[in-house]
Amino acid sequence: MNRLTLISLQVLVAVVVLVFWHIASTTTLIGNPKTISFFFAEPLAVGKRMVQWFMEGSIWYHLGITLTEAALAFIIGSLGGVIIGFWFARKPLLAAVFDPYVKAANALPRVVLAPIFALWLGLGIWSKVALGVTLVFFIVFFNVYQGVKEVSPAVLSNARMLGMNERQLLRHVYMPSALSWMFSSLHTSVGFAVVGAVVGEYLGSAAGLGYLIHEAESVFDVTGVFAGMFVLMGFVILVDWLVTLVENRLLVWRPKTSVISNR
Amino acid sequence: MTIAEKNTAELNETQDANAVELNGVHIAFSLPDGGIYEAVGETNLVVSDREFVAIVGPTGCGKSTLLNATAGLLKPAQGQVRTFAKPLSGLNKHAGYLFQQDSLMPWKTAIDNVAIGLEVSGTSRREALEQARIWLGKVGLSAFADRYPHMLSGGQRKRVGLAQVLIRHPKILLMDEPFGPLDAQTRLIMGDLLLSLWSADRKAVMFVTHDLDEAIGLADRVIIMSAGPSSRIIGNYTIPLKRPRNMADIKSEPQFHEVHREIWNALKEEVLKGYRQTEEVQS
Ligand SMILES: Nc1ncnc2c1ncn2[C@@H]1O[C@H](COP(=O)(O)OP(=O)(O)O)[C@@H](O)[C@H]1O
Ligand SMILES: [Mg+2]
Repeated sequence: MNRLTLISLQVLVAVVVLVFWHIASTTTLIGNPKTISFFFAEPLAVGKRMVQWFMEGSIWYHLGITLTEAALAFIIGSLGGVIIGFWFARKPLLAAVFDPYVKAANALPRVVLAPIFALWLGLGIWSKVALGVTLVFFIVFFNVYQGVKEVSPAVLSNARMLGMNERQLLRHVYMPSALSWMFSSLHTSVGFAVVGAVVGEYLGSAAGLGYLIHEAESVFDVTGVFAGMFVLMGFVILVDWLVTLVENRLLVWRPKTSVISNR
Repeated sequence: MTIAEKNTAELNETQDANAVELNGVHIAFSLPDGGIYEAVGETNLVVSDREFVAIVGPTGCGKSTLLNATAGLLKPAQGQVRTFAKPLSGLNKHAGYLFQQDSLMPWKTAIDNVAIGLEVSGTSRREALEQARIWLGKVGLSAFADRYPHMLSGGQRKRVGLAQVLIRHPKILLMDEPFGPLDAQTRLIMGDLLLSLWSADRKAVMFVTHDLDEAIGLADRVIIMSAGPSSRIIGNYTIPLKRPRNMADIKSEPQFHEVHREIWNALKEEVLKGYRQTEEVQS
């Protein structure tokens, strides 16, 4: 299948859904349009609202806040994950001692922490960053830990025979292996950074996309909720696309598994 | 003694001494069930400086294990490994090791993989890259300098590995079935490449293979190991073929066949027994 057909088909899906939505919420074909548009809003109104947000410029402020929170959560969580992951992987005793606590902490659904963080850190951006950090940290931590542990013994022996000392092994063998594992989970960890920010905002804040959606919801402004959701979707897709670019740059040395696919 | 005198004394010592001596070496592994498996039993072997020794034996007999002990990656359970007259402690600093498995760093390009051997010992990056380019040329891979290992064929990876080891000018070269996974033609080409590099700068070589033809074609001496457990050296043959040799032509020389027949007759039983054993275990 060539690229053009594929894209046309993908667009077609969106068009069909939107047209169906439009018909359902404005005509009597499916059911009472009043009820349907109360629960699902109208696509044209949602579009209009989004255009309005961007024209007025108010949305940029909220996007900026969410982006800042997600970025900080990602950076702090990743740094922590890399450092602790490395440390644990190189000190098996430490890892063994802390193993049950790490597992327990990771098993906790992070949402329950949101009120505590709000209490500790206030309703500003830092309580959202903290929530994101608890999500990002574990993903990066587990991947880095695995990356250090899973270095091929042959590559390691070879590096040692080439005369590398511990520091050089760290730099030329362990670090690249750990980072490659971390980068391969980049989509997940960046995604979780955004989840942390938005959920945090949703549960209590004065700015950000989560706040916007929550505000609309509290006055039964379904159009606002849907508009907020679409902006969030677009935002996540954009971030994901940037991650793909970064990933392709950083993991050039990885064999691409999709080479044999018939695209 | 001044430092200069001491250095010359050491130099003389290293020049006269054998590159590798295995004295009554036993190598054992502890098994997960608590038992002990003795892979190599009572092995004595001397490899002189600049000598090319091939080690042949059935799969699983302990060839890699023996090289690992020589490299210092494994400690013998009994006996002693000496290298250039000194008992080995820790890794063997004189040895370069071309492993049986893929062991290039997958995150470095071919040229970076070759250069790293110099960089770690303090050579500047620019100088190391320059040398690496020369060595990639020697193994015929100039055009592939910027490729990552997964973009190279098995044979090309082995050649990068060879350059990576040789750029450090080790006095002992340990090679573990380096041409194992390659097709017959490529093996001949690689054999010739190895011979030309080795004759330009002779090192002590321990070359492990399961191919008797290859062993005879390359080596000054062929060592045969018995099937494990407690594998031992059961044959030691000096190869009288003249150098320089050519891997393809040498097989048509009558002397090659004589040597081959002699070794084969003496060892057929033992070797076949070994192969049967390993096949039974594998199937
Ligand atoms: N780490 C290990 N633990 C237990 N047994 C091992 C280990 N490594 C190798 N062995 C055993 O030692 C024997 C020799 O292995 P090896 O030296 O790899 O053989 P080969 O001659 O094929 O290179 C084999 O029977 C193998 O199963
Ligand atoms: Mg082996």
